[in-house]
Amino acid sequence: MLTIDQATYDAIVAHAKRDHPDEACGIVAGPEGSDRPERHVEMVNAAGSPTFYEFDSTELLALYKQMWDRDEEPVVIYHSHTATEAYPSRTDIGLASEPGAHYVLVSTKEWAEAGGGNNDAPVEFRSYRIVDGEVTEEEVTVVPSLG
Amino acid sequence: MSIEVRIPTILRTYTGGEKAVTGDGGSLAALIEDLEAKHPGLKDRLVEEKNGADDLRRFVNIYINDEDVRFLGGLEAPLSDGDQVVVLPAVAGG
Repeated sequence: MLTIDQATYDAIVAHAKRDHPDEACGIVAGPEGSDRPERHVEMVNAAGSPTFYEFDSTELLALYKQMWDRDEEPVVIYHSHTATEAYPSRTDIGLASEPGAHYVLVSTKEWAEAGGGNNDAPVEFRSYRIVDGEVTEEEVTVVPSLG
Repeated sequence: MSIEVRIPTILRTYTGGEKAVTGDGGSLAALIEDLEAKHPGLKDRLVEEKNGADDLRRFVNIYINDEDVRFLGGLEAPLSDGDQVVVLPAVAGG
């Protein structure tokens, strides 16, 4: 199960809407072994594409060095799908390389079809474990704060 | 000669769980051969064959002293004693 606070959840959804129709991506770091997504970091999608995302390699190193210095790990790795449902694609599964992370997928499809902008159409938000090519969906619990 | 190599979580099955290992080599290719001898299986996760020659895998990033090796000559990138190498899988998908 992924437990995430409302402000971080909202920030991820806002990021996905802002970058639509391109895929948005980022992480939420937390103390190693804590399973607490505490520090949201938006990343640039170096692919700048509606069907692909990739962290810029220089920014990726900077991000990991910062996490190592702070004894953090990527608790959540997220990206958006902008024309399909929030389920990992074959590429997502093939490239998943953090077996300990919650892979969050958000989909802006329904929201965009309803006109985008400020409309209230939902943005799908789902979480998965991806280990050795196996995808397991898990429950997402949104809490007011992690406490 | 000793070069420290930071190993990502996903590849620590090859290093007995070690986060960092040391190796030798005057180039990245030579270092990878040395690592393969000590940690069999590692090379295949970093390198693939393209047109009959070894090439770095597209979705693995390797850095020497914080510089992406793609800007340093790839597998030919030179190494010297004390250099720090980091391996990080790309965070990417579709």
